[in-house]
Amino acid sequence: MAIEVRIPTILRNLTDGAKAVDGKGGTLDELFADLDTRHAGLRDRLVDAKGLRKFVNVYLNDEDVRFLGGLETEVADGDSVTILPAVAGG
Amino acid sequence: MRFDSLLDSLGGTPLVGLPRLSPGGDVRLWAKLEDRNPTGSVKDRPAFFMVEKAEKEGLLTPGCTILEPTSGNTGISLAMVAKLRGYRIVCVMPENTSAERRQLLEMWGARIVSSPAAGGSNEAVRVAKGLAAENPDWVMLYQYGNEANALAHYETTGPEILADLPSVTHFVAGLGTTGTLMGVGRFLRERVPDVKIVAAEPRYGELVYGLRNIDEGFIPELYDESVLTTRFSVASLEALRRTRELLEQEGIFAGISTGGALHAAIGMADKAVKAGERADIVFVVADGGWKYLSTGAYGGTLEEAEARLEGQLWA
Repeated sequence: MAIEVRIPTILRNLTDGAKAVDGKGGTLDELFADLDTRHAGLRDRLVDAKGLRKFVNVYLNDEDVRFLGGLETEVADGDSVTILPAVAGG
Repeated sequence: MRFDSLLDSLGGTPLVGLPRLSPGGDVRLWAKLEDRNPTGSVKDRPAFFMVEKAEKEGLLTPGCTILEPTSGNTGISLAMVAKLRGYRIVCVMPENTSAERRQLLEMWGARIVSSPAAGGSNEAVRVAKGLAAENPDWVMLYQYGNEANALAHYETTGPEILADLPSVTHFVAGLGTTGTLMGVGRFLRERVPDVKIVAAEPRYGELVYGLRNIDEGFIPELYDESVLTTRFSVASLEALRRTRELLEQEGIFAGISTGGALHAAIGMADKAVKAGERADIVFVVADGGWKYLSTGAYGGTLEEAEARLEGQLWA
């Protein structure tokens, strides 16, 4: 088993159009580094020097990782990670 | 209960227990019925507070035109207040919102400017900011950054909940402008030790997230992450499932975003049961289901309803 990562439309040019890709790692940071080896440039679109980019939201099993541990959030096989751009409501 | 006018009847909404959906014992769910406001949604509170503040500050004077980007409820509330107070109103609304919202806005006299479906409310905000620049005499109340939005909940919704349920442990609401969560959250945090403030963010179909650069996202100026305990992304299917459960189990006919909040509330209830802790979990019923009948959310299978909602802004 692996960790499923759902990719938003705007980043699918980096995954050959795939809506979801598999990766591995013990933390979100390691997972993104692993994904970057097969989908070059993906990590840079999600992370900058200060951590997760401002308008990028990442959810681990539907919970916002900013409330879990940010890039240091632990992940495991069978988890589902969803990446989405920040949008307005109201 | 008697009031001098419709606006005077704002707030004071019922808090009702959910005996069937609550896990039982020491873990209970409570619904704050915000559909029992003058135009049928929680947005009547911020709309009234924002207009009052703008009047006090001298920004709004008789005959003025109000401008607001809105996916519906805030616009409907503002249109009602504007009609009663003698203002014109222009609402910028994404074209992928329900037909009922448009009809209601027009009924209360609003002029609607449509913004592109792709990009959702981000686009409505962008279009409204453009209109504001072109029409300097229009007054944009701007719910995403107007402190009166959160203040309405700090001064009314929060105190009502604490008065009705002093044992409250969790507050769960949908995340849109963030006004409800910021206002009620701050109020409860000041008075209830260890209270959990939980956001349920709608996860729409792909169209809504648009194709623009990821650096052009939008975070409401009101949003302060430190007020929240955590934040969940709730997919359309889960929101629909819970909206129907609420109707079938408890008889409450709510809009789809309420299903999203209930989903997060039930998640917190399950956690409390597992941890063996007591919990009184309040969630917000932001509006009734009436405005969403045409979306097909309440008929057929869940999957059919989900397919019909694809690309729609349901919160």
